[in-house]
Amino acid sequence: MCKECGCADGHRHMHKEETKEVSLFKKVLEKNDLQAQENREHFEEHGVFAINLMSSPGAGKTTLLERTVELLNEFKIGVIEGDLETEIDAQRLRAKGVPACQITTGGACHLDAFMVHEGIHELPMEELDLVFIENVGNLVCPASYDVGAHLNVVLLSVVEGDDKPEKYPVMFRQAQLLVITKIDLLPYVDFSVERAVRSARKVNPSIDVIRLSAKTGEGLEEWVEYLRFKVRSFKRSLI
Amino acid sequence: MHEFSIVQNLLELLEEEVEKHKAKRVCRVEVLVGLLSGVEPHLLELAFETFKEGTVAEKAELVLQIEKLKIFCEDCGKEFEKEELNALCPSCGGLNTRIVGGQELLLKSVELEV
Repeated sequence: MCKECGCADGHRHMHKEETKEVSLFKKVLEKNDLQAQENREHFEEHGVFAINLMSSPGAGKTTLLERTVELLNEFKIGVIEGDLETEIDAQRLRAKGVPACQITTGGACHLDAFMVHEGIHELPMEELDLVFIENVGNLVCPASYDVGAHLNVVLLSVVEGDDKPEKYPVMFRQAQLLVITKIDLLPYVDFSVERAVRSARKVNPSIDVIRLSAKTGEGLEEWVEYLRFKVRSFKRSLI
Repeated sequence: MHEFSIVQNLLELLEEEVEKHKAKRVCRVEVLVGLLSGVEPHLLELAFETFKEGTVAEKAELVLQIEKLKIFCEDCGKEFEKEELNALCPSCGGLNTRIVGGQELLLKSVELEV
């Protein structure tokens, strides 16, 4: 039987198929990237510096944010929280008086620019100087999506192992700053800060590194100083 | 596993092309996957086969072209291609390098039945 028209066997004919080849060279995530650019412009219109915070689950993103809002009180901070489920993280930050909106991705392993756009409209942008976008805990998928932030930061806790940057090269490649967290636990784990930094610089030679413990407070001043510098340079660049 | 979401973006682009060229369907899709794009080729194929059903690409063949990592070493003054996912210069072993290719995920071309 002819597969094209289903006519009886033995009936031989040609099916005229005209095809057309179209060369495109288009980014597959073109729409996401356009929305990301729009998000960035939206932040800039309000003079808001946006940071995309990424890490595996449990590296200490929310705890670091809790400490940051206590220490960086000269800036008004807002948070867009991304999680698969629950409002827990947003509630933790609201308890500190921070405007926080929760985006539940409903199973998606990353935030994309469209989800962040929704978050932007839930925050009082005109009052803010700095917005943290706390991505879904995952060292793989968030790295592929521009969400419209001005700075990508990746957290790596010392309990995860110092070989992670080479194992997840795309993530550590996308970040401009590596924050090594939970350094108070260094005596109990086989984690070498030096090896971790070397591993990260192998995939991203120019990555900045800060080490800290949100629990003991060690290194937090350096982190806060880094943020002050970034936010002020950003504000100056807008004038 | 974000390849499903990437395929949905890809299918949207294919639908736009079909409409733009008033074509019947997509016969062939060529996608360029950089080794450092964060996309796993095998998972992309699997996701495409799963999601193409009932779309303009239902009968389309997906062809992936893998792009190696390209780095430029400032010290050697040369560009190198490599398969290892790091920025180390394969010649001098240094890190005074820039990654100049292999990070893209591009829809390169489509063949449409018109």
